[in-house]
Amino acid sequence: MVMELFRGLWTTLQEFVQTNLRGPVTYPYPEVKRPLRVRFKGVHELRRYSNGLERCIGCALCAAACPADAIYVEAGENTDEERYSPGERYAKVYEINLLRCIFCGYCEDACPTNAIVLTDKIPPAGYTRESFIVTKAQLLVPPPPGVPGTPQRTTDPSLRTRSIWEEGLVNEPI
Amino acid sequence: MVPFLVEAIIKSAILVLLLLTGFAYLTLAERKLVADFQARIGPNRAGPYGLLQPLADAVKLFFKEDFIPEYADRALFVLAPLITLIPAILIFAVIPFGPELTLFGYRTRLQLTDVNVGVLYIVAITSISVYGITLAGWASNNKYALLGGIRASAQMISYELAMGLAIVSVVLTTGTLQVSGIVEAQRNGWLLFLQPLAAIIFFITGLAEIKRAPFDLVEAEQELTAGYLTEYSSMKFALFFMAEYVKMIGFSALMTTFFLGGYLGPFVDHYPALGVVYFTLKVALLIFLMIWIRATLPRIRYDQLMALGWKVLLPLSLANVMGTAVVVALTA
Ligand code: SF4
Ligand code: SF4
Repeated sequence: MVMELFRGLWTTLQEFVQTNLRGPVTYPYPEVKRPLRVRFKGVHELRRYSNGLERCIGCALCAAACPADAIYVEAGENTDEERYSPGERYAKVYEINLLRCIFCGYCEDACPTNAIVLTDKIPPAGYTRESFIVTKAQLLVPPPPGVPGTPQRTTDPSLRTRSIWEEGLVNEPI
Repeated sequence: MVPFLVEAIIKSAILVLLLLTGFAYLTLAERKLVADFQARIGPNRAGPYGLLQPLADAVKLFFKEDFIPEYADRALFVLAPLITLIPAILIFAVIPFGPELTLFGYRTRLQLTDVNVGVLYIVAITSISVYGITLAGWASNNKYALLGGIRASAQMISYELAMGLAIVSVVLTTGTLQVSGIVEAQRNGWLLFLQPLAAIIFFITGLAEIKRAPFDLVEAEQELTAGYLTEYSSMKFALFFMAEYVKMIGFSALMTTFFLGGYLGPFVDHYPALGVVYFTLKVALLIFLMIWIRATLPRIRYDQLMALGWKVLLPLSLANVMGTAVVVALTA
């Protein structure tokens, strides 16, 4: 028994020396963030096409797939004058409750247009429950540089042959 | 008479001040060291390297509600922390921190008072402390607190015997009850080497006496919530906490004085101030050892604690006293 006592003390002493030589294994969190794997599933974002239109078509498949019932989608109709996404409809309201979300990534899998994507960012902390409901304005990424955001006006509606994204189709801002 | 009083007051003021800062920074040191043992960072938010953490803790404790349970015995409940803390501080009155030296043309000993039965005084005072803990457990009117208090008294009784006998071997070897005499008797070699068994027994029983891991059954969080501390909050809790750490320093100081040659060390006779440095270093080393043990060993079971005290340590210390007595009688 006495031998074991000293073995234990020896083990912790080694740990002590290592911590002092190589530093601790933990991180001082807000200042130093732990490097995450590229496929880490963090907070979501809603992506855009390269011409600035939103990918989300308001189909609510993500909401249906979500096991935690964390997504709320309300669809609106696109018009040629006021166009948000290439299809008929767009997400007028898009909210995710990060307190419910379990970061499973099922929404990502369910989305037909790759609009909703989990990034490798850690969800922010907050002081109220409301602050954990992220809205479309917070989720939507900014348009690529030099490209107008949404809504846009369809320059020539006759050019549009399909209701999804077509390469080279340019709209103008309104 | 008057110079003596002034000297005593100045010395005790310095001593209490030192102890209070020592206590505050010992809490930080313990947390930092345990963090090192566990490969963590430890407290680092309050000030550079967390150096202001003790201040932050103190402010926090001041502003906590000072709660007394409705069915508690109010008088005893308030008295208990004091009964625990005061003896812990009183011990330092007889501990020599350094040899005699001249300060501003005034020759003085770095010791509050050199009672000629200092060892007896120490043994007497240390036993008072446990009353505070038992009373705290009783006065709280809480079953966890009461269990903690009962454990404390049982633990103290079984360990004080062996500890007392270890001290008896020290007294037998040095032939004096005066604390400074014990230190001076170690000029030719520390008692640690003359009385290794007594030193080990003293250290183990000391750990049990001040309720450090692995003998912290009195407040065993997993079994007793916080033991006798359960109902205490705010400054009363702080007093218990202070008592605990002051006892830790006090025990290290005793161990240093009895077995590690106190303030003695190379060149102490030429530069008496070095004695304080040696003393502090030895105390710090012992405190590190205690923290190291806390970071390593799991708490032992209650029956194991009792068995260790009564069946191992007590017979060993008795045998040690007998052996010492025989050797001293033969060589005298
Ligand atoms: S990651 Fe999972 S839980 Fe979170 S919103 Fe998507 S589907 Fe729902
Ligand atoms: S994010 Fe994808 S799945 Fe969800 S509503 Fe938009 S298009 Fe549909």
